[in-house]
Amino acid sequence: MSEAWIPLLLSLKVAGWATGLNLVLGTAVGLLLARRRFPGRELLDSLLTLPMVLPPTVLGYYLLVVVGKRGWLGAWLNEHFGIQLIFTWQGAVVAATIVAFPLVMKSARTAFEGVEPQLENAGRVLGLGEAALFFRVTLPLAWRGVLAGVLLAFARALGEFGATLMVAGSIPGRTQTLSIAIYEAVQAGQDDEANALVLIVSITCVLVLVLASRLVGGSTRK
Amino acid sequence: MSFDIDFKKQFTGDGGRSFELAIRFCTEARRTVIYGPSGAGKSLTLQAIAGLLKPDEGTIRCGGQALFDSTARIDVPARGRGLGYLFQDYALFPHLNVRQNVGFGLRRGWLNPSRRHAAEAVDRWLQAFELEAVAGQRPHQLSGGQRQRTALARALVNEPRALLLDEPFSALDPALRTRMRDELDALLARIGIPMLMITHDPDDLTRFGEQQLLLQDGRIA
Repeated sequence: MSEAWIPLLLSLKVAGWATGLNLVLGTAVGLLLARRRFPGRELLDSLLTLPMVLPPTVLGYYLLVVVGKRGWLGAWLNEHFGIQLIFTWQGAVVAATIVAFPLVMKSARTAFEGVEPQLENAGRVLGLGEAALFFRVTLPLAWRGVLAGVLLAFARALGEFGATLMVAGSIPGRTQTLSIAIYEAVQAGQDDEANALVLIVSITCVLVLVLASRLVGGSTRK
Repeated sequence: MSFDIDFKKQFTGDGGRSFELAIRFCTEARRTVIYGPSGAGKSLTLQAIAGLLKPDEGTIRCGGQALFDSTARIDVPARGRGLGYLFQDYALFPHLNVRQNVGFGLRRGWLNPSRRHAAEAVDRWLQAFELEAVAGQRPHQLSGGQRQRTALARALVNEPRALLLDEPFSALDPALRTRMRDELDALLARIGIPMLMITHDPDDLTRFGEQQLLLQDGRIA
């Protein structure tokens, strides 16, 4: 049983990083889409939502093209910083972040659009700058929706399989996350291990969903 | 204390319908009322003065100071204009109680005032508006009159140089409207802060319109 903890901890590490990155990026882009009017706004929304609907293998392929050794970003990262994303856990973080990103962005956008712009104007006339306004008015009124999206993103990142496998591979102890370990266990006929891992993932996801729906439900209550 | 306003702003709505706001007036009165039908551009005018809407060109001067001047490239942000604004629906912060709402503008930085936020000015205004009993309550628990008083206290606690009022009584039922009108009248007489009100209610015009302006189709008649 003890080796079951290794992929679990790795998955938590990858999903944790992906969630943290999405908390910042998804919230920022969600706020931008909710509050700024610019040409191509809906197109940007659609493009950034693509990872949610594209087959993970397609996404993984794109990632390989971009951050692979010969990819334009991959080559640049390697040359200037010595960073390699392919077959590393950092590569798995990139894959999980992109796959889960739309969940945070969408819920953040909806949550921020639900904040009455007049309340922000009230804050402005009362002397607040834009940053203070965000932390004192906008975020307190939208945090439930944002957090619900972040929780879903965590669950999604935890379960990420396809893109991660293509980018990071399945190196036990290094890039073999929980979902990939399940696949390997089933392939190798290790049913006991597969059972344990499946149970862990299922329970975690149910908990996250319950928590997320509670948060969203609470925001519509007066 | 005076308002010297001369600005233009072009709006293009969906379907190519366009509307031009071309506001030009000057007032020295302590109480000025801009009267006009809905859709005439009253709220937009008030927002431009407060710095919530940027005109295409022109000047907005308040008490001799340029708040906006397109040729001199002056555009003082709303937070620096020192104007009190009473919103039509009051725009009270629903996540804060009455005390926090009133003390909102006194507190700088990224944190809201605490629930028991103690400031001498806040207590003074809570007392003046008889809001002490409901100081711990949230806006949705208040009556219409209490909401308006809270919004007024919140605007006045910052000691604005003038008060901008957007249809202050339209959200109230007729009986309360009469009472709140008396209250505001008495308050303005007591504190001596100049006010600029926009309204479509003729009763407001006769009561508060020391200087009366008529706004129609985006222009002061």
